[in-house]
Amino acid sequence: MYLKSAYEIRDKYLRKDMLPTIFCPGCGIGSVLQFTLRAIDDLGLNQDEIVWVSGIGCSSRVPGFVNFDGLHTTHGRALAFATGIKLTNPDLKIIAFMGDGDAAAIGGNHLIHAIRRNLDVTVILINNFTYGMTGGQVAPTALKGLKGTTAPYGQFENPFDIAQLAVSAGANYVARWTVFNYLQGMNSIKKALQKEGFTLVEFLSPCPISFGRRNRMKTAPELIRWYQKITVPLAKAKKMPQEELEGKIVIGEFADRDRPGLVREYQEYIKRAKKMMGWEE
Amino acid sequence: MRYPFPVGKADFIQGDEAIARAAILAGCRFYAGYPITPASEIFEAMALYMPLVDGVSIQMEDEIASIAAIIGASWAGAKAMTATSGPGFSLMQENLGYAVMTETPIVVVNMMRGGPSTGQPTFPAQGDIMQAIWGTHGDHMLIVLSPSTVQEAFDFTIRAFNLAEKYRTPVVLLGDAELAHMRERVYIPNPDEIEVVYRKLPKNEEEAKLPFGDPHGDGVPPMPIFGKGYRTYVTGLTHDEYGHPRTVEPEVQQKLIGRIYRKILDNKDDIISYEKFELDDAEVAIVSTGIVSRSAIRAVKILREKGIKAGLLKLNTIWPFDFDMIEELAEGVKKIFVPEMNMGQLYHLVKEGANGKAEVELISKIGGEVHTPMEIVERVVG
Ligand SMILES: Cc1ncc(C[n+]2csc(CCOP(=O)(O)OP(=O)(O)O)c2C)c(N)n1
Ligand code: SF4
Repeated sequence: MYLKSAYEIRDKYLRKDMLPTIFCPGCGIGSVLQFTLRAIDDLGLNQDEIVWVSGIGCSSRVPGFVNFDGLHTTHGRALAFATGIKLTNPDLKIIAFMGDGDAAAIGGNHLIHAIRRNLDVTVILINNFTYGMTGGQVAPTALKGLKGTTAPYGQFENPFDIAQLAVSAGANYVARWTVFNYLQGMNSIKKALQKEGFTLVEFLSPCPISFGRRNRMKTAPELIRWYQKITVPLAKAKKMPQEELEGKIVIGEFADRDRPGLVREYQEYIKRAKKMMGWEE
Repeated sequence: MRYPFPVGKADFIQGDEAIARAAILAGCRFYAGYPITPASEIFEAMALYMPLVDGVSIQMEDEIASIAAIIGASWAGAKAMTATSGPGFSLMQENLGYAVMTETPIVVVNMMRGGPSTGQPTFPAQGDIMQAIWGTHGDHMLIVLSPSTVQEAFDFTIRAFNLAEKYRTPVVLLGDAELAHMRERVYIPNPDEIEVVYRKLPKNEEEAKLPFGDPHGDGVPPMPIFGKGYRTYVTGLTHDEYGHPRTVEPEVQQKLIGRIYRKILDNKDDIISYEKFELDDAEVAIVSTGIVSRSAIRAVKILREKGIKAGLLKLNTIWPFDFDMIEELAEGVKKIFVPEMNMGQLYHLVKEGANGKAEVELISKIGGEVHTPMEIVERVVG
């Protein structure tokens, strides 16, 4: 893949009057944003036909920095808002930029139901194991033993595997990468954006400030090295015994299918209704 | 356009059904909801009708999602509505505030039942008046309408959409279980008999760049809906007129909230609606709203027959509230009675309005039955 210069991407897609961003040095959100913009650019998608939605959190501030229509909503609810946008104007492509707490804790119910409906949306999920914006509380993705301000002695609950959850709930496309796997990540976003129905690309993303500091990884490179250590590519994981996978996170593409999306299902439903009422043959 | 119900003639229908039909005639094309007694029949009617008029009706996972979906639909250009009852309305409060802050036209129907909590699902109450006015957090301003008959449920629903569009604001339609399920004769007008208002859209790029500005000086910014190439950013954070978050500048918050208040309060005369019965020479006034007004009208007639000069002020809009009008009323009468189906919510507003110019007495009734006219008469006679 030919990579355009970062300046070109920045100038084309960012709102200059909103810069600088709120992101801390070493934060991975900016990288994931860049992957997403590059994917949009590579696909040549129409900027005026994409709406970015988000909830609340550091990750959710992204729609404010990009020069697209954007709806920055309430914590966890982005996908519910997106349902209204998409069904009202199916021509709009929707990108939901979400944090792990936003998507899987407070928004967990909306997440599984948006997937169940196969809502036509691409979710870009920033998994940093923590609540970055509120200062480092544990997120539902936090692996056992990780520290957060609300679990100072190490997380004692089981974590959610969001990608697996999305696969089981019925998403059309699901992939997970770390910010370090940028080529795979970008390709996944491209695939996701071209698909009908619900698509999700999860990124393990460094949050040195709220998360790393509390877990003896103060910088992004330390966090990336840790991600390299705890992640296992899907092909390799398939051959590994279950015990060895304990505490590891599998990365790769987990689902790639083409079930009809909500918009198409609803359009069929309208036809069925009119036929049943004798309004149309 | 073809309608899935008869228009231009009267029909004998429930309040909930009337609200659904009115919404469709007002141009509503997006409904999202979650079932709850006594509002489910609104949803069921919308589910039947919406696909036939190429609209959307969708059952969301909860009420939080329902109001979220209609706000999204509104930003994509649709007139949108949800309906619920007390417990669901409580869940909607955070996003109701979001709609206030982002100036999103939506209609939220709350068919009240006895509470708190799951309370009395099938019985009427007026316990959500304060929740409707002040339920969401922060300083905010919205519009609350209160019908008392099935015909009014129909008419006020159309009005709710028109006010929402005109002032770019959420409007709450506050009915109750009695009204939801009661059947009455309702005239369903032809579409050309109805005045239907659509939101102001930006006339040019310049206006579109000020999604939260005041280019017309009326406090109501044109709404640049999504997908038109304006690239609008909408946030619930305190924002300037361009929509940029500005959360630490007191002036920005003052200006924004000030305008959100002003656009409603400066247009009180247009928004506030009430009816007066026999008030001209009244010595005793009754102030009521919603279902209780029906008993109150009868009570006034009985009191007049008894030689007592009683009159009624029936409030159709309960927020914004016309405190001045109540003070004027208080200056002309000896006493004001406020019958309501709660422990005293409208009462506090009336008392504040009366400003000590007349004694104000609450006639409270809870438990799920509307006041009988005689219950009001007996309290007035003393
Ligand atoms: C209803 C509600 N509850 C709590 C909050 C406070 N809050 C803001 S952001 C946040 C968590 C964000 O974490 P995450 O979604 O993981 O995103 P990150 O900041 O890590 O990107 C919380 C709890 C809120 N804004 N609204
Ligand atoms: S707190 Fe963490 S997630 Fe938030 S901007 Fe800083 S590094 Fe990024």
